[in-house]
Amino acid sequence: MEARAATSMPPVPRQLRGGALPDWAPYGVVAGSLALSTLVLSAAGSLGVALLMVVATIVSCVAIYAWSRPVEGPKRALDRLATFTIVAAFGLALIPLISLLYQVTSRGLPGLDWEFLTGTPHGIINGGGAAHAIVGTIVITGVAALISVPIGIMAAIYLNEYGAGRLARALTFFVDVMTGIPSIVAGLFAYALFAIFLGPGIRLGVMGSVALSVLMVPIVIRSAEEVLKVVPDHLREAAYALGTPKWKTIVKVVLPTAFAGLVTGVMIAIARIVGETAPLLVTTGVVDSINTNPFQGRMQNLAVYAYSEYRTPGIHKTDSYDRAWAAALTLIVIVMLLNVAARLVYRRYRTEIR
Amino acid sequence: MVEPTGAKRSDAAVGTTESTEARSGIDAGTPGRSVAATMRTRDLNLYYGDLQAVQDVTMTVEPHKVTALIGSSGCGKTTFLRSLNRMHELTAGARVEGEITLDEQDIYASGIDPVKVRRMVGMVFQAPNPFPTMSIYENVAAGLSLASGRVRKSVKDEVVERSLRGAHLWNEVKDRLDRPGSGLSGGQQQRLCIARAIAVEPEVLLMDEPCSALDPVATLAIEDLIAELKSRYTIVIVTHNMQQAARASDTTAFFNLEETGRPGRLVEIGPTETIFTSPREQATEDYVSGRFG
Repeated sequence: MEARAATSMPPVPRQLRGGALPDWAPYGVVAGSLALSTLVLSAAGSLGVALLMVVATIVSCVAIYAWSRPVEGPKRALDRLATFTIVAAFGLALIPLISLLYQVTSRGLPGLDWEFLTGTPHGIINGGGAAHAIVGTIVITGVAALISVPIGIMAAIYLNEYGAGRLARALTFFVDVMTGIPSIVAGLFAYALFAIFLGPGIRLGVMGSVALSVLMVPIVIRSAEEVLKVVPDHLREAAYALGTPKWKTIVKVVLPTAFAGLVTGVMIAIARIVGETAPLLVTTGVVDSINTNPFQGRMQNLAVYAYSEYRTPGIHKTDSYDRAWAAALTLIVIVMLLNVAARLVYRRYRTEIR
Repeated sequence: MVEPTGAKRSDAAVGTTESTEARSGIDAGTPGRSVAATMRTRDLNLYYGDLQAVQDVTMTVEPHKVTALIGSSGCGKTTFLRSLNRMHELTAGARVEGEITLDEQDIYASGIDPVKVRRMVGMVFQAPNPFPTMSIYENVAAGLSLASGRVRKSVKDEVVERSLRGAHLWNEVKDRLDRPGSGLSGGQQQRLCIARAIAVEPEVLLMDEPCSALDPVATLAIEDLIAELKSRYTIVIVTHNMQQAARASDTTAFFNLEETGRPGRLVEIGPTETIFTSPREQATEDYVSGRFG
């Protein structure tokens, strides 16, 4: 039937055909705008990369619209204008990211050597490495995750599976508020908490972990809640219909179904807090040796290390600066690895949910 | 309107296994035994918040028979079905008034654990819903391990095989029991869900339009299965398919609502043959002959 309809269809009437710009039009417009803007700006004597980009973007938006409108009509012209605007916005969003990655990589690589990764500082003159900071970062973040993950996931289970009414709404509200508190406040909270029991001036690795947990718990709750929401009700009902108690339905059906999402959420939460500086500055202190015990003594970490190398450089200032950049690069690499791991876990363990 | 006999019960949606009930039946869980039970409802009224979905249903579900619930969409068949194993109350705001008995025992009496009721009254849903994280074997064994805790491997193997054979799925899946259940076809998935439901040896099996997502061949397979299962279980099936009700059921109950917005009522219940050939009510005749709905 359809075939017959297709063959008996009249040829496309002429008025449905419209003019069209050549395929290379967008690229041509961009190239032309760039060339034109370069000419005009150098004639005016103010040629700079940033200004050139801005002017060329505006010129190409105007040009594509002006060219397309008489040929393709107002709708297609508007469509082309919108495409250009969106691509420009995307490029704008990408600029700081790429520039940051480039800066950190190019400045961090010189300082990133074997000694940096394995050594500890030997005084003001010789520099040394950041092994103590790397170890500290891992310990502090690990303990923070140990505290936050159970609390966060259980809170999310409460909110999604049990909570109803005013209490759940209030909790959700405060979780939202907590995601927005400044990190220094979390640090001061942890400091004040421990100072009550252990006296003022106390600095411990675990204090930093508590401070980071304050920041991490709401992130974990939020992501876990979203993931649990996606588990379809018909799976819960299937379990109930077999005579499964609610807690067992959650443990054996809901959590395994949501597993990949939960792990991903936790890893992204860790990536989010691993680079925190301010709360650790007031809780874990600055130290020059490896300390693996979060319950005793000060503990260094990468973010604070980078900060203090920059703030109080040794005699060879450039070496200190190199180490600060190398610490920043190391942090970024850690965050990137966490994100990659999160994606791998998600791919490996996600369950198809209809 | 008849005065509701049971007290209003709105919460306690999913109970705990701790609460005990001394009377026989609901707390007896001896495996290997399968006694089809009689279910009766008296003056049953079901609500979603202020909205009444089902009004004054009094009927008996006979053991070893297939009872089909027919009627147009929105007339409360599914709601009624879900009240029979206390799934109705899982919906927020849902309420039950009236009485439902399983072998003379009121399943809504205080102290009755809904979890144990559901172990006696199993359910198969409209869309096949195998657990996506579990293999075929685990899906069937889930009935056992989710409901009763640790079970010996040999017992599990036996129950899995028996249930899969009972659901006519054994020959198709015996070589890939460790593959995910979601990899099966729709009809196979639904038979897997039936296997899972009968693995816990319920007394009553509720089926909510079990074939509506399946093709005619798979539907026929399920209908054959239903005919066979009734020797062991009491079966209640909701269906929109009149031929299915006529083919597969012994008793047919026709639900209808007088007009949109009014609660659904049980118009007529009787032997399937009578309902389809010489029903007492005009509305039933109109419906089964396809004049409306």
